[in-house]
Formats: sequence, structure tokens, C-alpha cells
Amino acid sequence: MAFASFESAHIIIVLPEILLLGLAGLILLLDCFWRERHRRILGWVSAGGLLLTIILAILLSRPEIDGDPILIFGGMLRHDWLGFTFKLIFLFAAAVTSMLSLDMEDLAKRGEYFALMLVAAFGMCLMAAASDLIILLLAIETTSIPLYILAGFMKADDKSTEAGIKYFLFGALTSAVMLYGFSLLFGFSGETNVYRLAAMVRVGDFSPWILLGTALLVLVGFGFKVSVVPFHFWSPDVYEGAPTPITAFISTASKAAGFALLLRVMLTTFPTIEAYWTTIFAVLAAATMTIGNLLAIPQKNIKRLLAYSSIAHAGYALIGLVALSSFGAASIVFYLLGYVITNLAAFAIVIVFSQSAGTEQIADYAGLSRRSPGLALALMVALLSLAGMPPLVGFVAKFYVFAAAVQSGWIWLAIVGVLNAIIGLYYYMTILKVVYLYRSDDEQVSVDISRPAAVALVVCSMLIIGIGTISGPWLDLVVEAAKVLF
Amino acid sequence: MNFPILSVISFIPIGTALILFLLPGDRKNLIRWVALAAAFTCFTLSVLAYFSYDQDVGGYQFEEGPFPWVGALGISYHVGVDGMNLPLVLLTGIVIFTGVLISWGVDDRPREFFAFLFILATGVFGVFISLDLFQLFFFYEIAVFPMYLLIAIWGWKATREYAAMKLTLYLFIGSVIALVGALAMVFAADMQTFDMIALQEAGFSTAFQRFWFPFVFFGFAVLGGIFPVHNWSPDGHVAAPTAVSMFHAGVLMKLGAFAALRVGIMLMPEGARMWAPLILVLATVNVVYGALIAMVQRDFKYVIGFSSVSHMGLVMLGFATLNLRGLTGAGLQMFSHGVMTALFFAVVGMVYDRAHTREIPKLGGISRVMPLVAVAFIVGGLVSMGMPGFSGFIAEFPIFMGLWQREPIVAIIAALGIVITASYIMRIISRVFFGKIPVEFEGKISSINNFDRIALVLLAGILILIGVYPSIIAPLVESGANAVWALLGGA
Repeated sequence: MAFASFESAHIIIVLPEILLLGLAGLILLLDCFWRERHRRILGWVSAGGLLLTIILAILLSRPEIDGDPILIFGGMLRHDWLGFTFKLIFLFAAAVTSMLSLDMEDLAKRGEYFALMLVAAFGMCLMAAASDLIILLLAIETTSIPLYILAGFMKADDKSTEAGIKYFLFGALTSAVMLYGFSLLFGFSGETNVYRLAAMVRVGDFSPWILLGTALLVLVGFGFKVSVVPFHFWSPDVYEGAPTPITAFISTASKAAGFALLLRVMLTTFPTIEAYWTTIFAVLAAATMTIGNLLAIPQKNIKRLLAYSSIAHAGYALIGLVALSSFGAASIVFYLLGYVITNLAAFAIVIVFSQSAGTEQIADYAGLSRRSPGLALALMVALLSLAGMPPLVGFVAKFYVFAAAVQSGWIWLAIVGVLNAIIGLYYYMTILKVVYLYRSDDEQVSVDISRPAAVALVVCSMLIIGIGTISGPWLDLVVEAAKVLF
Repeated sequence: MNFPILSVISFIPIGTALILFLLPGDRKNLIRWVALAAAFTCFTLSVLAYFSYDQDVGGYQFEEGPFPWVGALGISYHVGVDGMNLPLVLLTGIVIFTGVLISWGVDDRPREFFAFLFILATGVFGVFISLDLFQLFFFYEIAVFPMYLLIAIWGWKATREYAAMKLTLYLFIGSVIALVGALAMVFAADMQTFDMIALQEAGFSTAFQRFWFPFVFFGFAVLGGIFPVHNWSPDGHVAAPTAVSMFHAGVLMKLGAFAALRVGIMLMPEGARMWAPLILVLATVNVVYGALIAMVQRDFKYVIGFSSVSHMGLVMLGFATLNLRGLTGAGLQMFSHGVMTALFFAVVGMVYDRAHTREIPKLGGISRVMPLVAVAFIVGGLVSMGMPGFSGFIAEFPIFMGLWQREPIVAIIAALGIVITASYIMRIISRVFFGKIPVEFEGKISSINNFDRIALVLLAGILILIGVYPSIIAPLVESGANAVWALLGGA
């Protein structure tokens, strides 16, 4: 692995980031110059721009197959398959979120809304590639600050304001702790680049306890991002209060970005204390799954339910990290891929339904299968995928994660995982029961589905089924991505 | 390349489900005819497959694959049938066809009803024909879930929500426990394959087999209704709409038993040897206790529900003998009980649809208004009692021979179950079908339609055919049982 200094040829590697910033600027400009009635198109501009970015990224800035990963810009960023795969996930999530935002009257006409979201996505792309503590921190803050604002974007809504403040306070606190951990790492090694740092750690004579303490400090920040128990308290309130498209974005892209960090930093920086931190992570994973799932059961609001379910899903994904193998890392990436697509679909339905029916209570979903059979079917596909039922992507994702755990000998964790899958199935089924079984007074009133939401839903559902049935090529892709970690 | 008959059989149902979802929901008759056509095609193809299996050659036939599915893990799509699973494919074909026939009266969202039923059928076919462990789980879960909606939406109002949830959770718990065991096997074998034929040669250590066998076997046996985790089954059967009860007791319980055999016993024979005594005990409880509970039920459908628990106990007993006769009997019993119980539930459904009650004391004299239904039930009853000349005898006789060979005392206790069976069957025949017809039913019981007649005649006909001409199925199953037996160390 070479530490290249600045070369102009490397610009093409950060093309997605550049395009994202350009797109954000363009939207702010259009927002100034366009009249109000044109501004509804801003969401389409954002989605279209993101789609273009995805295509250009795949064509121009993908890493070479079987090529060595390179560190660019003096070791600030690492250009490899792992980061690239995550970037595509973020871009996809941002594109879907833009489309879903089009339905929201208060959001769709605000240029700064889309611009902030794009900046957050920009920060995530940097998070996925960052290989230096400084850029790592900057990337995290670049992601988080726009998200704080977006969570509290509906100023007139008390819940949204509360969500913004709460998210900010938790985020700032955990960032500070994490930064302290970074400073200790720098203090021990005199290095900020995680790969050089790792080399120092390997040869240096550090007490494992000091390293473990540092690892735990860093973990606080990452744990907040992926909402691992016990750093999960913010997520239900924030998810409930934030505008729903932003909830979708935070629960998918932001969580995946947190996992990108976890994978890179934990697996690279702390090789000498693997035995310790894997045990800690195993316990955290078990606690996260169990607490997330158990607390999801009594929820009455579908956004809160999905918040707890997303906590649980962070737990499942962590299992892959505990496995500490190339296949385990691959299974995390695959899990996140499936989870992001599925959760976006689930939130898309929540948005469509609340736009039309004006409610987010699960009980009000009664009769949905008669009001709109298509929407009910899409909800079933999304929820069953979250529950881990074949032939949907959630099943294979869980299968790979559990397989990774068993392969590495973590039998008890795999058993905790499968038992949790049952709790999950239980509460997802209670929603389906309301949708399919219960009657309501407004059964004749159909639910309007706007065109952008329909497109997003169809794309996500096709991907859920498609990747679920033919998962081989996708798994090969993420196996390739995970190779760079080992 | 030959015609991929097995894949076609198993994918017709899910294709039909997709087509049904695209049809307008209010064209109910169109939907019914499409469903019937698809079910009939499945049935015909499974009959065709059954009769074109070459018994002289034996082994796995109509094999497709292995085609790589998930290359990184060595997962492939690999299907094939031998004497053990081919009859079960035919059974599924029979039950889906008759199930659609007797569901003509479903009026609440028939599109969704048939679509979910067909998704279920794909799962069932997929499990029976699969030779790859991942593929087996993939289809197994597909078969479990639609059950929830089918029972919860179209089931009996009084208990459907409870029963559906209980059933789904029980089965799902069983399957995921088995999944962990299966993963442990694959990684212990370290052969980079999920192919079951390859894994048969893996040579797991005895300690490994003894530790993991219960995970896999009992995980699947939950769906086979083994005591003490049989509890979901009577509740589920009773709450389900008629076609689903038929499918459930007729085919799904065999799915559990078959998977327990295929993955548990065949891949870990040493484990099976160690755990067989426990299975013998539990299955004996199934047979006797199930029959006793059936005897005291007031609800007609619960009697049949518990009789299924009792009869599935015989299948498990056959497995636990670990000898050729017992295994052959178990294979035959899976088929015979499948058809018989489908017939029973069809009859219960027909009676209930017209009398609107299933309380045995409130019923009576049904044979006068629905003679064919009564005849069909009596045929099923004779099968259930193991009367010579009917398929039940052909199946139960080898099981008891095998049991005698292994553990005579168990054979004697289990035989008690047959006696009790006779008593509850007689009780139903006399109370429900004969005697005086209650005044409130006088003139209110309409006769059954032609679809119902075809279904009943087909099911009852098969039971009698096997009874009088056993060589239509027995040698085939025996060849399949032989393969299992060979893995267990038999010659």
C-alpha cells in the first residue's frame, strides 16, 4: 500500500464527493432564482443528480478489480472497494430520500433542505473512505451537523424541534468522548493515519488495557452513530420527531456510515486486542438485538417501532463484526445493503400513508389491504424482509451474518440472534395483522400514492426480491470489498 | 437437456401467485379458474413424474443441477427425487388440487387467498425436492409464513389470531434452531458446499453428531408435531380455513418430518442412533396421548386435529426404529396420512359450512343429506384405524413390524393408540353421520357441489387404491427407505 502525495489523477477518485457538493450548490442557486411553483422540481433535480453521480462513480471512480488499495491525498483517504461500496449505498439512500421528500409539502420547496441532505451524504462518503483520524472527525461532523438541522427542520412542530435538539446534544456529547479517544491514540503513537497508527500499535509495547480503554472511548462515538445499546436512547425520539424522509435517511445511510467507520477503525487499529473487543462487541450485539426487539413490541407508533427495530438490526449487523473474519465483514456489508433498501421501502410506505391518512399510529393501518392492496403488499414485502423471510433480501442477509458467526465459533451469539429474529417476526406480524385482518370505517377510501413515491417503492421492492433470490453476485461483490480489511 | 419437471412443478404455483396479484380482485370467478388450472397442472405433472420414475434404476432422478447459486459459500440449486420424497411431491400435487377444488366458496378476497396458498405450495414443493441445505431452508421458510396470513385472515373467527401467531412462532423457532445446527454441520464439514449428497460423506465425528443432532432433528420435528411441541398443531388446524387445514395437516406436517429425516437422520446417523430412544418415547406419547385427547373432544375438527398428532407420532416411531421396515412404514404413513387427513378436513369443512357448528352433540344424521360425505369420512376412518384393504394398514403394518424388531414393548403401547383411534372414529361416525338429524337442520342442509364431489372421490379413491394394490407405492418407498437405511449402516 503506497502513501501517495497529492496527484491530480486522484481527483477522479473523489468525483462522487465533488459532484455531491456541486449538486448541493446547484440546488441552493436554483432555490434563489426559481419561482416558488418551480421549486417542487428541486427534489427531482436532487434525485436525478444523485442517480447521475452513481452512474459516473461506477464508470469513472471505481477501484480496480484485484488492484491494491491506495491511500490518496497524503494518506487522508483510502481508495478501496469497501469505501466505494458504502458510497454507492449512501448515494442510493440519498436518492430515494429525495424522491420521498417530494411528497412533503413543507420540505419539497425548500432548497436548503435538499442541500443539507446532500452535504450530509458528502460527509458519509468521506466517512467511508477516511483513513486518518483528522479527516475521520471532520467527516463525522460534516455528516452530523446537517442531520441535526434536518431532524429539527419542521420548526413549527414541537416534536421535530425536540428531535433536533436531542440528536444534537447526544451527538455532541458522544463526539467529544470519541475525540478524546482519538487524542489518546495520537498521544500514544504520534500518528493520525490509522494504518500507520496500526503499525505502531503492533510493534509498540502498549498495555492492552490502555488500548482497550481507548477503543471504548472511540466506540462511544461510533456506537451513537449506529445506535448500539447503551447509546441508543436518542433514536426513538429522534426517529419519531424528525420529518419522515429524514428519519429514513438517518436510519439507513447514517447507520451504514457508522458501520463503515466501525469496520475500518476497529479491524485496522486494534489488532493486538482483538480477543477483548470482540467479546465486548458480542455482548453489545446480544444486548442491542434483545433490547431493541423487546422494546419494539409495545410500540403504537410505526415510526417508533421502526426505530426500535433499527436498533435491533444494528445488533444483527454487529454479529458480523464479532466474527472477525473476511466473510464476517462481507456479511455486514451485505446486511447493511439489504437493510438500507428494506428500511427505505418501509419508510416510503409510512410517508405515503401518513400523507394520505394523516396518521402514524399502527392501529390506523387497519383495512389498508382493502384500501390499497398494492401498498399493503409492498408493506408486507418490506416487513417480511426486515423479519428475515425468504425469498427477500432480509433472509439471506441474516443467513450470512449467522453463518459468519457459526463459522467463527460464536454459536451462542448465533442462537441469541436467531431467537431475536423470532421476536422480530412477532411484532412485524402484528402490523401485518392490522393491515390484512382488521376492518376500518374508511375502507372505501383508497390511499393516494404519488408518482415519486411509487417509483421509489417499486425500485426498492424489486431490489428486495431480486437480491433476495439471486444473492450470489452481490455477495461476491461484498466479499471482494471486505478483502481489503484483512 | 431433459424437461426440468421438478422445477416446473415447484415454480408453477409461485408464478400463478404473481399472475393472480396482477388480476383485478373483483373478477372472482376468473381468479378461481386460473387457480384451478394451475393446481390441476401441478397435479398432472406430479402424477407424470411419479409414474415416470424408473424404479429399476433407483436413486435420485429428474436431477437438476447443481447450479451455483451463491458461489462464495458453495450454495447451489440442486433438486432431485428418490423413493422417499417423490410420493410426497405427488401428495402435495393431490392436496393443492383438491384444496383449490373445495375452496370454490371462498368469497373474501379470493385473489389473495389463492395467491398465498400457491406461495405456500411453492415452498412445500421446494423443500421436498431440494438436495441443497440452503435451498431447503429457503423454501421451508417460504412454506411457513403464508400460513400465518391464511389462518389469520380466512380462519375461524374465534381463535384465528391466537392460533395463527402461535403456529407461526412455534414453527419459526423450530426452523431457526435447526438452521444453527445446519450451519454448524456445513462449517464443521469444511467442504465449501451446502449440497446434502456431498455432506452425507462428510464423516462428522460421533461427538459432533451427538451434540448437534437434537438441534436439527427436534427443530424440524416441531413442524412434524412431536410431543411436547405439538401444541400449535390442533389449534392451528382448527382455526384454519378448510383448504389450509388440508394443506397444513396433510402436507406441512410431513414437511417437518421429512426435513428431520433428510437433514437430521441422514446427515447425522450416529446422532440418530444415540437419540432414537428418546424419539421412541416421545413419539409413543404422541400416538397414545394424541388419541386419548382426540377421544374427549366435543369439537369435530379438534378430534381430527389431535388424530393428526397421534398419526404423526407413528411416522416418528417409524423413523426411530432406524430399520428398513420402520423407515418404509414411516414413508408410506406420510403419504397415506397426508391424503387421509386432507380428506378428513375436507369433510369437516363441508359439514361445518352447512351446519354452522362443529359440536359433536349438536350434529347428527348427516349421512342422510350428504351421503357421499359420510362415505368419504368412513373410508378415511377405516384408513385411520389401519383396517386391511385401506392404505393405513399398508403403512402401519411395517411400522409395527419394525417396532417389534426394535422394542416390542413400545410396539405394544403404541398399538393401544390404534384401539383408541377406532373408538373416537366410531364415535364420530355414529354421532355425526348417523342417528337422528336435529330438527333445526331439517331441510337446511344443502348438498355439496361437483367440485367437492371430485375432491372427495379422488382422495378416497387413492386411499382405497393403495389399500388393495400396495405395489403402486410400497416398492418405491422401500427403495427410498433403503437409501436411508444404508446411511445408518444397514446393508
